[in-house]
Amino acid sequence: MASLAQAIRMGLHFAEENLELKDIFGQDAGAPMGGVFTATQGLKTAWNTPLDERGIIGMATGIALTGERCVAEIQFCDYIFNTIDLLKIAGNTNWVSNGNYPMPLVVMTPVGAGIRGSVYHSHSFDAWATRLPGWKVVMPSNSLDAYGLLLSAIADPNPVLYLVPKALMRLRSEELIPGEPEDQKALKNAIDAPIGERSKWRPRWPKLEDYRVPIGEAKTTRSGRDVTVVSYGRNILMCNKVADDIGGGAVEVIDLRSLYPYDWQAIRASVRRTRRVLFVNEDTEVTNFGEHLAYRVTQELFYEIDAPPRVLAGKNLPGIGLHANLEENSVPQSHDIERTVREILAEVP
Amino acid sequence: MAVLTNVTTKINRKAKTKPLALPKAQLLKLHDYMVKSRVLEDRLIKIYKTGEAYFWIGAPGEEAFGVALGLLVNKGHGPQHDYLHLHYRGTPTLVAMGMPMIDSIRLIMNRVTDPCTGGRNFSNHYCFPKWNVVPVSSPIEVQYGTALGTAHVQRRHKSSGITIVTGGDAGTAEGDFASCLIWASRPGKELPILITVQNNKWGISTGYDSQHGETYIADRGKAFNMRTRVIDGNDPIETYLALGSEMAYIRKTGKPVLLEANVSRLYGHSSATGANLIPDRDCVLAFEKLLLENDVLRPAEAKKIWTDYTEEARQAQETARLDAVPQADSVWDNVYAGSENADWRKF
Ligand SMILES: Cc1ncc(C[n+]2csc(CCOP(=O)(O)OP(=O)(O)O)c2C)c(N)n1
Repeated sequence: MASLAQAIRMGLHFAEENLELKDIFGQDAGAPMGGVFTATQGLKTAWNTPLDERGIIGMATGIALTGERCVAEIQFCDYIFNTIDLLKIAGNTNWVSNGNYPMPLVVMTPVGAGIRGSVYHSHSFDAWATRLPGWKVVMPSNSLDAYGLLLSAIADPNPVLYLVPKALMRLRSEELIPGEPEDQKALKNAIDAPIGERSKWRPRWPKLEDYRVPIGEAKTTRSGRDVTVVSYGRNILMCNKVADDIGGGAVEVIDLRSLYPYDWQAIRASVRRTRRVLFVNEDTEVTNFGEHLAYRVTQELFYEIDAPPRVLAGKNLPGIGLHANLEENSVPQSHDIERTVREILAEVP
Repeated sequence: MAVLTNVTTKINRKAKTKPLALPKAQLLKLHDYMVKSRVLEDRLIKIYKTGEAYFWIGAPGEEAFGVALGLLVNKGHGPQHDYLHLHYRGTPTLVAMGMPMIDSIRLIMNRVTDPCTGGRNFSNHYCFPKWNVVPVSSPIEVQYGTALGTAHVQRRHKSSGITIVTGGDAGTAEGDFASCLIWASRPGKELPILITVQNNKWGISTGYDSQHGETYIADRGKAFNMRTRVIDGNDPIETYLALGSEMAYIRKTGKPVLLEANVSRLYGHSSATGANLIPDRDCVLAFEKLLLENDVLRPAEAKKIWTDYTEEARQAQETARLDAVPQADSVWDNVYAGSENADWRKF
């Protein structure tokens, strides 16, 4: 029943103890705050950096060049953009050195809308991220996956972008992380820092177990017959709701979990069965990652589908406005997904 | 093409003033590697000019600085040794560290035998993990950011190994240079970095004086309570002694130093600007003259050094010419570690 933030914290703790994770750093990532979403609270290797995103990525790259493992945090993905060329370097280092320098680093950053974060706390980064060859890119939609993907990311010998849907940070999973106490309050008392003075506080970590979600493996969250909806992150919750609301076993939902490498076999098998597909995400719609997937469906499954593959994504706007009317009309909402799914279902070949 | 040969004319033995501040063996070693580096760069330029390479960039004019640095490096693999985050003028340092000429030639000729990049990157974009020489990347100044990470790990290991970062003067305008100063000097968490700037007074075609309000670039370190120094990087003796004492300070204290070395840019920026000799102070010729005048070196010995290295470079090119080139289908190799598949068509 851990929240996503608690799951990340527990994953980082497990990695400190078992995966030779030596450094967790970012703006306000160390004591006393432990991250603006508390995802790095109480961790023994977490430390505060200068307010310098390029320095953070440079530091992480340099640590990876020594072969040691680190997790660097960019406080909000809205502020990662001035590091793009450094991310490119981390992504091309093993390739350009012809295998001389593998780069085992993780960059973790909260993404997306849904918290009324206005223009600079609502950006998405998934489409950008998939344009960084050499990186792996993952995004969990629940606490258990957050834990399992994080351990896989830290253990991976390649750079991994770990995108966290910030709107889900407080969301509690139904599934327990292996080793997590069943009582939510007990977990809170053990690992959440007290409000206010906390200089003497130390977490009491549960005895956590290893649990990996392999990078590149999707998960079917709803089984359905008539249409496949492929998504990730917080949109998964909406897609699941739409599947439940439409009912009748019509809608299949695939949580991609890894954007790159992605689970083409899962998408392909599902679409060949349902013959209709929708890709949903909230990054801006022009040159969107969903477009790549839709393109691939068109190329490889054209004669096996009954409706054009569709992409439902964020509108191609320079930002997300603060007022709820503005935000909700900028990124996909449940009703948008439902409407689009119904349109696809209504298509007659 | 202006080709350098040894110039042993106009030796004025009376010029001998005070004793040279390094033992004879050390002086000869500096000279030897400086000549070797110059001859190698000269060969790289020839390779470019005869159409056997797409691009040349390198370090003629920076031999005094680069060789002195290379001789002082604690060479090896892992945090107990020095890390080098070089830019594209690293030949003299690597020659002094023991790089065979042919490695550099295979790199510029993009052979599959190029040990640094396997034919993927430009000349002088070195990478030697066995010596902690991390890959040189073309974007200016990014190495000042990545240097922080290797220095951080060395600090954690309480190693006497240090991190060395090099770059040009124009590049110091980039934010990554400021990042390096800021992160290296955090109170109580200082990093063991030798931050160097090779000031050749140019950024391609833009003159130093038109862009720099600061008296010395090194002065910027003072704002961070960092030890700073400006040296004549054309003088290998001064450079060797200065680098030696600054590196010893960093090894001992774990604290950073910002060192600015004035150097020459003898063949312009790169092949993009012609790679032709633009006369300026020439540290190799000047040092050779000094050694001849002081009877440290005899003219015949000097001549032999130039001749032998010229022949070595020529032969290395001939060998590299016959080496295999990268195969087209190798583009996907090493995108991911261990060449795990990264091609979406095969997911
Ligand atoms: C970020 C970036 N901007 C521009 C360039 C193109 N460029 C290559 S070298 C150079 C000048 C660098 O001058 P300086 O830092 O003084 O080093 P020098 O080449 O003189 O040794 C420029 C502008 C680049 N490689 N990277």
